[in-house]
Amino acid sequence: MAVVFEKPKSLTDAPLHYCPGCTHGIVHRLVAEAIDDLGIEGKTIGVAPVGCAVMAYDYFACDMVEAAHGRAPAVATGLKRSLPENIIFTYQGDGDLASIGMAETVHAATRNENITIIFINNAIYGMTGGQMAPTSLPGQVTQTSPYGRDVATAGFPIKVCELLSALDGPAYIERVAVNNVKHVNQARKAIKKAFQNQIDGKGFSLIEVVSSCPTNWGMTPAKALQWVEEKMIPYYPLGVYRDKSTQKKED
Amino acid sequence: MAEKVLMKGNEAIAEAAIQAGCRHYFGYPITPQTELAAYMAKRMPKIGGVFLQAESEIAAINMVYGVAGTGKRVMTSSSSPGISLKQEGISYIAGADLPALIINVQRGGPGLGGIQPSQSDYFQATKGGGHGDYHLIVLAPASVQEMADLTVKGFDLSEKYRVPAMLLADGTMGQMMEPVELSEVTPEPHDKSWAVTGTMGKRKHNIINSLYLNPEKLEQKNYERYERYAQIEKNECMWEEFLMEDAQFCVVAFGIAARVSKNAVIAARKEGIKVGMIRPITLWPFPEKVLAKAAETCKAFLSVELSMGQMIEDVKLSIDCKRPVRLCNRTGGMIPSPDQVLDSIRQMAKEVE
Repeated sequence: MAVVFEKPKSLTDAPLHYCPGCTHGIVHRLVAEAIDDLGIEGKTIGVAPVGCAVMAYDYFACDMVEAAHGRAPAVATGLKRSLPENIIFTYQGDGDLASIGMAETVHAATRNENITIIFINNAIYGMTGGQMAPTSLPGQVTQTSPYGRDVATAGFPIKVCELLSALDGPAYIERVAVNNVKHVNQARKAIKKAFQNQIDGKGFSLIEVVSSCPTNWGMTPAKALQWVEEKMIPYYPLGVYRDKSTQKKED
Repeated sequence: MAEKVLMKGNEAIAEAAIQAGCRHYFGYPITPQTELAAYMAKRMPKIGGVFLQAESEIAAINMVYGVAGTGKRVMTSSSSPGISLKQEGISYIAGADLPALIINVQRGGPGLGGIQPSQSDYFQATKGGGHGDYHLIVLAPASVQEMADLTVKGFDLSEKYRVPAMLLADGTMGQMMEPVELSEVTPEPHDKSWAVTGTMGKRKHNIINSLYLNPEKLEQKNYERYERYAQIEKNECMWEEFLMEDAQFCVVAFGIAARVSKNAVIAARKEGIKVGMIRPITLWPFPEKVLAKAAETCKAFLSVELSMGQMIEDVKLSIDCKRPVRLCNRTGGMIPSPDQVLDSIRQMAKEVE
């Protein structure tokens, strides 16, 4: 029988623990496909975050390191400086990357550390049960913003791609989404490019993936994807924010 | 034999680390250990090593965690407030059973404290420091030569037992200059099959991790680690005894406090007081047995410290409080003078006789 669809080699057989309708599964698959396509599984080392993807170390078949909350870019820096020929990626959520780990993110970017970051923005802390994230939208109701995020007291959401593009360092920054087939295909291309950049020595590549969290948003999976389209994407416009990948290396 | 050179303690640590094969250093500026980072910044690029000034102590220790995961020798250094910031990372390194060397050139605290020498991070260093059930191997140098030798020893013990090690120095040790002999060391080979270096398609993936959601598994991991700690306690305890053969009184001191106390012990002997000194070189494991044995013949103990009295608790525990234990101390960056220690010895002898 002809095989028409199979699991990427870079994913293990461990069953994912994610909630029904969560988009982590899609992004895990896209990352694994990129690693498979580029034939780099044997030399790739991933860094898992604290948050919903904390157990990503069981799902990716490459060597894995579990980092403390927000510290993945620093851990990845250590890994890359120790093993420059290996491919190092981090997989982080919005609380991890844009709140507690903001310093590590900004400084890895400004050093143009030759690593790949997959950043899941679902506008909420999932693992701890739905608290306000640095990327929660104005007015968004969460466990810790029960009357909606009030920008007067809780401040505004952080637009990571826009913020990092203000730096001279980073090589590649793109925001994608995985709420429909077209966007998933775009995300697939962007993630693969972020790994290719590292192989080519281009430097820091970050892909922000606008994602959904039906459980903590209190929506059906279908409604959550609609909310991504109608609320998230207008606030977090998709597209390439930085691309130095075509530039020749500066002297 | 290598030639003797005059070096600052901080520089001796850096050069010794390089001689021991350390090619990765991550730091963040803080007084009084800055010479160490500056030395690494100068030397590492010339020998194909990595020097990186991190954005914070937190980032630096996590970079250490990354390199440690790859099985290579790696080091960071800081001073008291910076070491507090590193505790999260140190706990993760201990939890993931990784080797690494952390240097603490202590200054006075708490809070921002001061920049003068202190030993007030004793509790933090020897009892764990961060969250969870763990220990560091803690080494306390009392000379520039020991700054170098214990750096080499720290790497080796850390790799042998897969336990992070800390060199607990102080501002005096870091800043003072003494002749030191350094020679290249070939690291002892230790098993690194656990390291993340890429599977190369030849093995199942390695995972560097300290998360165990199953409490039975976590308990098992902690039991297993404590078995290794028991081995360390059994095999690796280091101390120096000074005039202890016939001693009736025992001074206990480490680092700079031991150097000051040595003079006081010599002066007291001239006055006819039979006093000796035990200098712990490993603060964890603490030389409990040596102290317990001393308690069989000594009438009283004097703990000399640059803190409000922290090691004194371990002295009392080691001898099961069988003898009186006095404290002679200064704090906040002050150092007891030999006269102050001598006075304390005299008083102890007078009161206990």
